Amino acid sequence: MAVTVRLPGALREATGGKTKLQASAGTLAEVISDIDRRHPGFRSRVLDESGAIRTYVNVYIGDDDARAHGGAGAAVPDGSEIMVIPAMAGGSG
Amino acid sequence: MTLTAALVRERVRGTILERIGDTPLVPLRRIGSGLRGELWAKVESTNPGGSVKDRAGLWMVIAAEEQGRLRQGAVLLDATSGNTGVALAMVCAVRGHRARLVMPDKVSLERKRIIRAFGAEVVLTDPLEGTDGAIREARRLAASGDHVYVDQYSNPANPLAHELTTGPEIWSQTQARVTHFVAGVGTSGTIVGVSAALRPRGVRIVAVQPDDALHGIEGWKHMPTALRPAIWDERVADQHRVMATDEAIAMTKRLAREEGLFSGVSGGAAVAAAVAIAKEQPGPIVVLIADGGERYLSTPLWE
Repeated sequence: MAVTVRLPGALREATGGKTKLQASAGTLAEVISDIDRRHPGFRSRVLDESGAIRTYVNVYIGDDDARAHGGAGAAVPDGSEIMVIPAMAGGSG
Repeated sequence: MTLTAALVRERVRGTILERIGDTPLVPLRRIGSGLRGELWAKVESTNPGGSVKDRAGLWMVIAAEEQGRLRQGAVLLDATSGNTGVALAMVCAVRGHRARLVMPDKVSLERKRIIRAFGAEVVLTDPLEGTDGAIREARRLAASGDHVYVDQYSNPANPLAHELTTGPEIWSQTQARVTHFVAGVGTSGTIVGVSAALRPRGVRIVAVQPDDALHGIEGWKHMPTALRPAIWDERVADQHRVMATDEAIAMTKRLAREEGLFSGVSGGAAVAAAVAIAKEQPGPIVVLIADGGERYLSTPLWE
């Protein structure tokens, strides 16, 4: 089963021109690793060396901020839509 | 019509807008310690709207008024990720204009609330398209003909504000000793304008950009992947540098703890670039800190 990951337009070059990708469900870290296998370097752009979401990146699972639901360990159920947004354009509201 | 600093001052005499500009230049004593060069910070958070964008916001509104484009009852329009929106909303409140500001959804809560507090309307666009998506929406709205689209990315009044205020202030505050000016590139108004003022006087201009498309340096553009501002011209700078967000964040924290300067991340990014230059050059090196940290308190940075 799959989840949909929507990416900022600025990352098109890093994902072969795509801003909407499919990935396997699991934890957020597993979803990101799944994309990284197809687009190497993606994981390090979103997660830091310790595996946490970078402070300048916001990830939403549906309408929920992933940080409030376990960060990289947050569950991403089948059918979810994830958004990855640079925090430069994002705070809590 | 040619705008001058005297004309702009005259138009806003007796209002809060008179306090835009003449920002302090302070030495970075601890961060600069042990470096070859003297480091000075131009602290733009002391503008009444809280950022360097007050200068461009004021000059773009006065220019539109002087050109007869912005008349009573007209609606000013622009795309912004925040600080220009706050500046334009504040200036429009004082000048009696309506303002409609287009910005990506998920911009920090503080900025949306400040802009609305000044009575302006906020139009939100797809957060995944960032400020470029806001620009496209502003262009679409502008085509409807009901707005005065000031377009900070192509408006010559934006760099002119810096050519006629920021640049001369730095020259005067350093008693004509400044050797380098360091700033980030967003709309590029600051670097283009200050370059026009100071490069002919022998000052070397250093432009800094984020090192990656996915970055956290608010207000800066990663030019290779962004819509290119019409006012931007790489040739205005003697040196181009890139800055990683992690390094910028680390320096932003040092600015608060070691210098008492609570800055946005772009200030930390610019200072980190200036430190690299001060290791090699005697200076004085002036670096621009565009805004304060208060505007980012709801972001993960200060949790």
